[in-house]
Order: sequence, then structure tokens, then C-alpha cells
Amino acid sequence: MATTANSTAPRVSQQDRRQRAQRLKLSGRAYLWLLPIIICMAVIVYYPLFYGLFLSFTNADQSNVAIHLGSVTLPASYKFIGIQNYISIISDWFNPTSDGAHILLQTAIWIVANSIFHFVFGLGLALILNRKMRFRTVYRVLLMVPWAMPQYVSAFAWLFLFNQQYGFIDVTLQSMGLPPIYWSSDPNWALVSVILVNVWLGIPFMTVTLLGGLQSIPTELYEASSIDGASRWQTFRHITLPMLRPIAFLITLLDVIWTFNLFSVIFLITQGGPFNRTQTLVTYAWTQAIQTPQKFGLGGAYGFIILAILLIFTIFYSRMLRSNETVY
Amino acid sequence: MEENLTTASQAPVIIEKTRESGSKTIRNPRKVSAMFESAGAHLIMIITVILAIFPLLVILSTSFKQPADIFTTSVQLIPPHPTLDNYTHVLTDNGGIFFIWLFNSAKIAILTTILGVLLSAPAAYAVSRWNFIGKQALLLSFLVTQMFPGVLLLVPLYNLFAQFGLLDNFWGLVVAYATTALPFSVWMLKNFFDAIPKELDEAALVDGLGPFRTFWQIILPLTIPGVAVVAFFNFMAAWNEFMLAFSFLSDSHNLTLPVGIKDYVHNFGADWQYLTAASVLVTIPVLFAFLWAQRYLITGLTGGSVKS
Repeated sequence: MATTANSTAPRVSQQDRRQRAQRLKLSGRAYLWLLPIIICMAVIVYYPLFYGLFLSFTNADQSNVAIHLGSVTLPASYKFIGIQNYISIISDWFNPTSDGAHILLQTAIWIVANSIFHFVFGLGLALILNRKMRFRTVYRVLLMVPWAMPQYVSAFAWLFLFNQQYGFIDVTLQSMGLPPIYWSSDPNWALVSVILVNVWLGIPFMTVTLLGGLQSIPTELYEASSIDGASRWQTFRHITLPMLRPIAFLITLLDVIWTFNLFSVIFLITQGGPFNRTQTLVTYAWTQAIQTPQKFGLGGAYGFIILAILLIFTIFYSRMLRSNETVY
Repeated sequence: MEENLTTASQAPVIIEKTRESGSKTIRNPRKVSAMFESAGAHLIMIITVILAIFPLLVILSTSFKQPADIFTTSVQLIPPHPTLDNYTHVLTDNGGIFFIWLFNSAKIAILTTILGVLLSAPAAYAVSRWNFIGKQALLLSFLVTQMFPGVLLLVPLYNLFAQFGLLDNFWGLVVAYATTALPFSVWMLKNFFDAIPKELDEAALVDGLGPFRTFWQIILPLTIPGVAVVAFFNFMAAWNEFMLAFSFLSDSHNLTLPVGIKDYVHNFGADWQYLTAASVLVTIPVLFAFLWAQRYLITGLTGGSVKS
């Protein structure tokens, strides 16, 4: 027993060492190939990110950061304040009289509404487009228009549609003898309007990716299920849905991340108003960190709180899906 | 077989029917129900298509209207007194500055495309082929950067660019656009490289080609559709970007189209006739490019995550 262990150990370690050397060489080469993107990411993304993390522990704002005026440089005078920025943001959430509580609620509504509508409409349209029908290509191409238009142009178009005096929607409502909708002054309708625009914007991406997923399901599975006499609902439930899981998981995750961090639509349509009632965490952080108060430290803290929320969500979401897998 | 496939994929339509009339009706004469289903599908498609293109139709129609016809309280989708005045105004306004913005936008978008592809292709190949140390961590860190709200990077980036004199400079934007698109570009190209059998690389290696020539001469030519998708994605991102350009550019001769056009929106409202005409001019080229490229886009987006 002991002798065999002795005789094989050197050989294994030698092989091991050779393998390790090879892997090291391979890694060196890989990083050489990756060097350009690592440098770019470091300068454009990681440096600002860590700078933001650093500032989030300070009271940095417009008045105390370093200023360069030609040859004159005024040094920064901000101080470390620990995790006070984080505490003030989170304690605001539990203070019903402050903006924080309803901004958190609005963020939740914004994300849940957007991702559910994106997925449901996207899946419905993908299922219809996956069958043989006349004009299928025409439909598919025209459904891509919201994705293909520059986002700011779409925002302008919707802003025009929502106009209370001359906008298409209110003019139509009034011509039918109905009261107009106060899109920009009624807080609830304002929130509906930004969600409406973003739902409209996001459906094509969902449709296209889910259609791609549907088309890659092997037809043998459907043949087998029809031989077994499965109903269409059973086929949908036990073949289509499980086979769509990988792609559906990926794009709903991406959708939640993108929706959470979406800024331009709200910025161009409501600017977060009226009375901050269409602000999400991201747009509110922007108004705090970049608009008039310019609290850079607070802005950094917001960024990392959002990052943490999305990270936790990602972990739970992938766990949940993985544990569900045994059901099928 | 064909029929089974279609029936399986229509499941949601069926769900509603079963709820309404019980499951017996589905098994009734197939032709009648198939006809109803097809009519229903077309109806749904037509309604969604109208909803999808309606905002575009509205700006198209407004761009041909005279101001008096825009600010009315009656619904007119077809301009009652069509005019090209809005277009001539937009194109000749301020000594034809529209063409300078167009040139700037095109220059930045093309350079972003080239840089984006040159940076992401070798990286995606390395990620696809070699199991190097720290690969998972690297990919994970790319995913994590997507979770940090981009607008909050604006201030540190502004300070950084100010130090290097890149603020009112197109190179700054080109590097920023290509880099922020990198995680997506690398992931997408990796999917395409993954689809090419590794035996090909091994054969090239046996023939005495080094890793770079294997990549450049053998594998890359096979992933031209993937490169096209990434190029297109970078182009669109740069062409449509608003916030960075809006924050960094100041000289009116350096502006890109989105920022320039924004001038038609002011504090008291907007010059809708000019804004819509300019919007149409910006949208039409990308719309056609997009509609052409979208079939490649589907394979790029789903290629890796769906196993067939």
C-alpha cells in the first residue's frame, strides 16, 4: 500500500507540474490577447467605478472637490464620513414623509411592470410568429421598429403623443367626448406614461430572442409528444417552456438589469416629475449627484447600493431557477 | 408533422379558448378552428404592428405639416397641407450645420465600430478557446459592470477626460463608446467562436500555424456574420448615444446629431416641425440598416445560450 503510493506520487506531481506550467503559459498568452480590452475597461469603467466607491465614503460635493482653473489648483477639502451616505439613503427608505420611500416603491413598480409586460408580450408575439403564416416576415420586420428607432427620437415622438393640448391621445379622447388624461401633471398617469414607453421599447428585443429560442427547439420533441397524445397545453407546458428556460433566464435577467439602470426614457419624458413621482433610484441618484446639489459622494453610494441590489437579485434568481429545475 | 409543430406553438391562443368554451371545441372540425386561429393571429399581429410603428408614423406625418396644422385640436394623420419647408429649414439652418453634425456622427460611429471590433475579436477568441486562470472572474467582473448605473460614471469620467484634454474631442467619445460596448461585443463574438469546432484550430496547429494566424486566417473569416453583428451593434450604440455626447461636447461644430437636434427642444416646448423633420432624417438610415441586420442579430443573441 505504502509502496504504491510512493511510486506513483512523483509521477503524478511531475505530470501535475507540467500541466500547471502549460496552463500558466496559456494564461500568459490569453492575457496578452486580452490586454487591450483590460486597459480600456480599466480606464473607462473600473477607474470611475472605484473612484465612485472612494467618494461614496466622503462628503464630496460641488463645493469641496479639487478645482483646476488654468494653472491654479484648489485642493480638495472633503472629509471621510464613513458609511453615512449609505445610512442616509437607506434610512430615507423607511421614512414615509421623505422622497426615499416612494422612490423605492416607484422603482419596484417600474421594474416589475416593465419586465412582466416585456416577457408576456414578447413570448406571446414570438409564439404567434413561430407558426407558419402569411406575411410573417413583414410582421416581424415591422415589429422591430421600436428597437430600431434611436431612443431619443422615440422619446420625442411619445412626448408629442402625450401632449395635453395637441397630443394624439388626448385629442382622440376628447373627440370621443371623454375627459383628457393629464399625462404630465397627474403623478400616477406620469408613471404610467414612462412605463408605457419603456414597455413599447423593450418588446422587440424579447420577441426576437424568444423567437430564436423557440426556433431552436428540436422538432423531434414535438413529434414525440404528438405520438404520445399530449394536448397542446401539455406540449406547451412540458416541452416549450422547459426548453425556453436557458434563454428566458438570460434575457429576463438582462432585462431587469437594463430596466433598473435605464435613465434616458425617464429623463427625456418626465424628468422624474411631477414632484419626483416618476423617479427611480437611478434617475434620483442622477439628480442628486449631477444636477444642482452635485453630491458626488452620495451619488457614488447610490451607485453601489444599486449594484448590490442587482447582484443579490442575480444570485437569488439563478438559485431559484436552478432549484426549480428538478420539477421538470 | 408540420401541423403538430404549429399547434404546439400556438398554445397561448388555446389557453384562452379552453377557458372560454371548454376543451371539447378544440377537437371539433380542425379546419374551422384553424381558420379562426389564423384570423385571430393576423388580427393580433396587425394591431401590434400599428402600435409598434405609430410613433414613427406620427413624427413622419408631423414633419410634413405646417405649424398651423400641428397645433390643432383635431386628429390628422395625413398632412392637410403637405410641405417640405421643415426639411429645407433643418438642412440649411445655421449655414447647413446639420451636415457637420452628420459628418461628426458618422465619423464617431465608424471609428467606434472599427475600434470595437479590433478590441473585442481577439479577446472573444481567447475567452472562447483557452481555459486560462481567472477567466470566470474576468467574465463575472464584466457582468458586474453592467449592474452599475452608467449615468453615475459620468462625473468621474468627465474629470478624467478633462485632465487629458479629451472633453470636446471625438477620440474621447470613440474610446468611451467602444469600451462600454465591450462586454456585450465580447460575449456575442464568443458565442460565434464557440459554434466553430475546436478541431479546426487543432488542425491548423498541426499544420504549423501559430495561435494568431489560426485566429486571423482560419477562424475569423468563418465568423464574418458575428463580426458584422458586433460592428453593427457598435455603430448603432455610437450613432444613437446621447448622454455622454451631451455632457462632453460643447463647441457647436463638434456636436453629434442627437445633441444638435436637441436644440429644437427648449424650455418652453419644442419646435415640433423641425424636431420631427430632423428626427426622420436621423432615423431613416439606421432603420433600414437595422432591418437589414436583424436576422444576423437573432443568431448572435441566441447562438450560445440555446443548444439545439
